[in-house]
Amino acid sequence: METQHQLEENLKAQLIQQLNLAEMKPEDIKPEAPLFGDGGLGLDSIDALEIIVLIEKNYGIKILNSEKVKEIFYSVRTLAEYISQNQKT
Amino acid sequence: MKNFISGYCIVRDSKINLNGKIIFEQDAELNSFLTNAYRKFNINYPKFFKMDLLCKLAFISSEILLKENNPVNKYKENETALVLSNHASSLDTDRNYFKTIEDKQNYFPSPSVFVYTLPNILIGEISIRNKITGENVFFISEKFNPGLLCLYTNMLFASGNTNCVLAGWMEVDKEKYDGFIYLVEKINPHPVTEHEKDRVSALYYKG
Repeated sequence: METQHQLEENLKAQLIQQLNLAEMKPEDIKPEAPLFGDGGLGLDSIDALEIIVLIEKNYGIKILNSEKVKEIFYSVRTLAEYISQNQKT
Repeated sequence: MKNFISGYCIVRDSKINLNGKIIFEQDAELNSFLTNAYRKFNINYPKFFKMDLLCKLAFISSEILLKENNPVNKYKENETALVLSNHASSLDTDRNYFKTIEDKQNYFPSPSVFVYTLPNILIGEISIRNKITGENVFFISEKFNPGLLCLYTNMLFASGNTNCVLAGWMEVDKEKYDGFIYLVEKINPHPVTEHEKDRVSALYYKG
């Protein structure tokens, strides 16, 4: 089982690859920084869809609760927490 | 009524030609070539890396052309129009998207690839970047058709709302690419040439 830190690091690498953040390195992404909007990575709605696909493809988790998406997708940390809580062991 | 070509940019055969002068040359596959051009000309627009090859080609061509000739600085946002064309539509990206849905056992359609499965998305990318809100059209033609581009451009000028047009041909299919974009204005005291079919054709074929 991955530790929270390992999971966050893996997520950063996967986001960079999947979202084509070519100018970015994992260390440039702070786990607590917002992914969307100003002051974060500046991701858009297409990126959000791509993250949904990434989570399903890499972790087998379907995000069905659309009301909580904003909360889950807030940062790498919140994403990692959601994955930890929902991943089948 | 006369109107004028203020500048043009051709991206073809591993070279970038701005107004008849080769300003960048590198023997590399298209993605690397365009990415290296992006860095060489100090463009700062991270969304570039998310674009498909067709949009990257259009984006780099327009960035280089508009660097010294940006219509947004002269005209209202809705006075600039885009009239672009190609032959292969978005076929190159359509094939890439198909790969993401081909395997029904590993079926993960990619939203970020899907959004580029229309050729006129490149008009959107140029418009967003340059805050252009004027008329736009994307033609699919058998081959480069300067007559069609000139006719449509003149029609836009005659309609009264357009004072500037970005027109051209943006083609990517497999390993082949061909980008040609030019700026037409109603008034320009120092044009490259007059805007008419044969001159557009000469620029496209002879550079």
